[in-house]
Amino acid sequence: MDSAMLAALVDRVQAARAAGRALEIRGGGTKRFYGQAPQGDVLDVRELRGISSYEPSELVVTARCGTPLAELEQALAERNQALPFEPPRFDDERGDGRSASTVGGMVAAGLAGPARAQSGGVRDYVLGATLLNGRAEVLTFGGQVMKNVAGYDVSRVLAGSLGIFGVICEVSLKVLPVAPATLTLRFELAQAAALQSLNTWAGQPLPLNASSWHDGVLHLRLRGAVAAVDSARRLLGGSPVDADVAERHWASVRDQRHAYFTDRRIGAGDAALWRVSVPSTAPPLALSADPFIEWGGAQRWFVSAQPADEIRAAAQAARGHATRFRGGDRSAGVCTPLSPALQAVHQRLKQAFDPDRVYNPGRLYPEL
Amino acid sequence: MTLSVPPTAERAARQTELTTALAAVLPPHALLWRSESTVPYECDGLTAYRATPLAVALPETDDQVSAVLRACHRLGVPVVARGAGTGLSGGAMPHPMGLTLSMARFNRIVAIDPLSRTATVQCGVRNLAISEAAQPHGLYYAPDPSSQIACTIGGNVAENAGGVHCLKYGLTLHNVLRVRGFMHDGESVEFGSEALDAPGLDLLSLMIGSEGMLAVAVEVTVRLVPKPQLARCIMASFADLRSAGDAVAAIIGAGIIPAGLEMMDQAMTAVVEDFVHAGYDPDAAAILLCESDGTPEEVDEEIGRMCPVLERSGAVRIEVSADEAQRLRFWSGRKNAFPASGRISPDYLCMDSTIPRKRLAEMLQAIHRMEGVYGLRCCNVFHAGDGNLHPMILFDASNADQLERAEAFGADILETSVRLGGTITGEHGVGVEKLGSMCVQFSPEEREQMQALKAAFDPPGLLNPGKVIPTLRRCAEGGKMHVRRGLLPFPELERF
Repeated sequence: MDSAMLAALVDRVQAARAAGRALEIRGGGTKRFYGQAPQGDVLDVRELRGISSYEPSELVVTARCGTPLAELEQALAERNQALPFEPPRFDDERGDGRSASTVGGMVAAGLAGPARAQSGGVRDYVLGATLLNGRAEVLTFGGQVMKNVAGYDVSRVLAGSLGIFGVICEVSLKVLPVAPATLTLRFELAQAAALQSLNTWAGQPLPLNASSWHDGVLHLRLRGAVAAVDSARRLLGGSPVDADVAERHWASVRDQRHAYFTDRRIGAGDAALWRVSVPSTAPPLALSADPFIEWGGAQRWFVSAQPADEIRAAAQAARGHATRFRGGDRSAGVCTPLSPALQAVHQRLKQAFDPDRVYNPGRLYPEL
Repeated sequence: MTLSVPPTAERAARQTELTTALAAVLPPHALLWRSESTVPYECDGLTAYRATPLAVALPETDDQVSAVLRACHRLGVPVVARGAGTGLSGGAMPHPMGLTLSMARFNRIVAIDPLSRTATVQCGVRNLAISEAAQPHGLYYAPDPSSQIACTIGGNVAENAGGVHCLKYGLTLHNVLRVRGFMHDGESVEFGSEALDAPGLDLLSLMIGSEGMLAVAVEVTVRLVPKPQLARCIMASFADLRSAGDAVAAIIGAGIIPAGLEMMDQAMTAVVEDFVHAGYDPDAAAILLCESDGTPEEVDEEIGRMCPVLERSGAVRIEVSADEAQRLRFWSGRKNAFPASGRISPDYLCMDSTIPRKRLAEMLQAIHRMEGVYGLRCCNVFHAGDGNLHPMILFDASNADQLERAEAFGADILETSVRLGGTITGEHGVGVEKLGSMCVQFSPEEREQMQALKAAFDPPGLLNPGKVIPTLRRCAEGGKMHVRRGLLPFPELERF
């Protein structure tokens, strides 16, 4: 059954290639707002689905691209394990509050949630992948083991590639057990003081796991051994947040259902949601909008209608970069432009994997 | 194996051409080309493979590195970058018609920032020197390959080096934020950033582990992590290998990620016990070392959870380190596995495959059978937490027949690892040593895709050519059959 579905995909790609047509790889379609506007005929990959293997004691799960993320997370939760990078589960266009996100889209978008700074991002957990490239070849890189340096690490670079190399047919991911204790603390702190505290705490052996700051309120999630969370709580102070309230808060940050991210200005007129990635110690950025800060200070969101140049300049002054994440004009590219050396490598890599530009043309950068 | 090129007039002319070009951009002491001065560079830690380069450059500044690369690019001369030369797969073996680019003089710690918990260091800084510099701030650099006293961060980046703590703390890949360097033509480039990501494709993850084939690194920014207050180690003995393997699965199944989880078989235990007197149980078929680190309360909690799991899995003896001296003694044997092997045998071949942990007993039985087939002894240490196995094949290299049998034994282990769902190298890299085994692990299309990836970074193929990805011809001549690891079962698609 799988081979038939894969064979059908291969046929579609060969036909598109022969006809000179582009394909938009689509799973749940929850992240079409991200990157440049999708182009080409839709290549729906949801039928290639299911968990191919899962061995909790190996800490590895292998799933096909169309597997709903919810199904994967459910299977892991049943064995008290999880994806530590907390990928977002955005609502799709149906707006019924349930996310149609798939495993393939999760890897292709490479987005991680609140625990990113402490637990790592998508690429840190990718162990191997099977790729259908632009020559319609089915290739497997990496594997299902933690340590593997045989050949180039092609599977990890697929994380965040926005599908420009091909269909990520199947992926093996490292998973981790859920820690025994979790506690969220709440502090009232101004932005600069919150950033200072977050960086100072992160230099100490504390079970920090996630942070969010907005409008004078810092939430800090501790996660680890019972004893570690207990002693950190005594050391840090702050007010403990009720577990259910805390869980709703972190889910609303992770899935961007928090009021900050559902701001009606996003996508109306010139206003956009910007993701600014900076060193965690960067001082408050010189931008007019109020930020929403995650990742211990390393990820800062802004809802702003300021011109892209100004936002990028502020990010670059802080030795970071800015991405037009949602809304606004995305025709000129949403990512920060690359240096000439990196741009040349990007173009040649696209050529190496997808010489006829069949897959998601222009989605990551206009010229790719 | 020695790759020698006869000292022809052609080679001499090429050497003159190169040294003349480099003399214009390097001070005289930074350029070696007489054979007595290039001899120390003829191999890395894989001493069985040697070659003499046309010249060795030891640049001291970024501008010199760039100028050397520009000159080699103009002349079409291959460049092999090299750190401390501790690598075990021949990744830094010179090219007989190329330049060896030693980064040894890039040994400066540029900055330690305790607030952002990062260290920016030149690529020739030793792994352990980073942790030593960070120590006053209560921080350290987590990846700890066993060569950490000598190996450099540039070499760690090239190999994606691991260590005994990577189950909990990750590999080089997980602990490096940014690599600055130069492309094959001398153009400057930066992969990653001081933030947690960079725009576009994650080329940093390709650069790490690329064995010097994509670009030359000059400066690396690494993440530092808080030093745990305390570490304690459990030493558990098992009467058979299967129950030791089951114990590893049971610990992880119980939701515990130990700071270290290492196993030694009886043959290895006997060799190291004789060398370091760590107090290992000589009757045990396998010894497991399980480390916990964190606050004292956290460590107590974790040790309290691990001991019963080990008992239930059939541990016949359990000892928990009472103090730091005892903990270090428990580890001393494991850490001395390589030198101890060198003590009982004139030579040893250290293999480095990774297998799914559940296949361990099967793998060790297969290795035991191979000892009979090849007529050589093998002892085993195992990074049990992440499935990385280091079988040490004992032999005498002065006996050509033994060397041949040892290499065949090693290749058999690698092929078996691939068949069991694993990989031919976990942390030592492919280099020149495992080129043949790459034919087993990857299909022709997969290898061609990797060649194309290499060409995207280095179109003329000047950086460390001939390593990592074997040519189609080499695989055809070697007669090795590709083992389909396909994550998906679709044999009918193989012909595409």
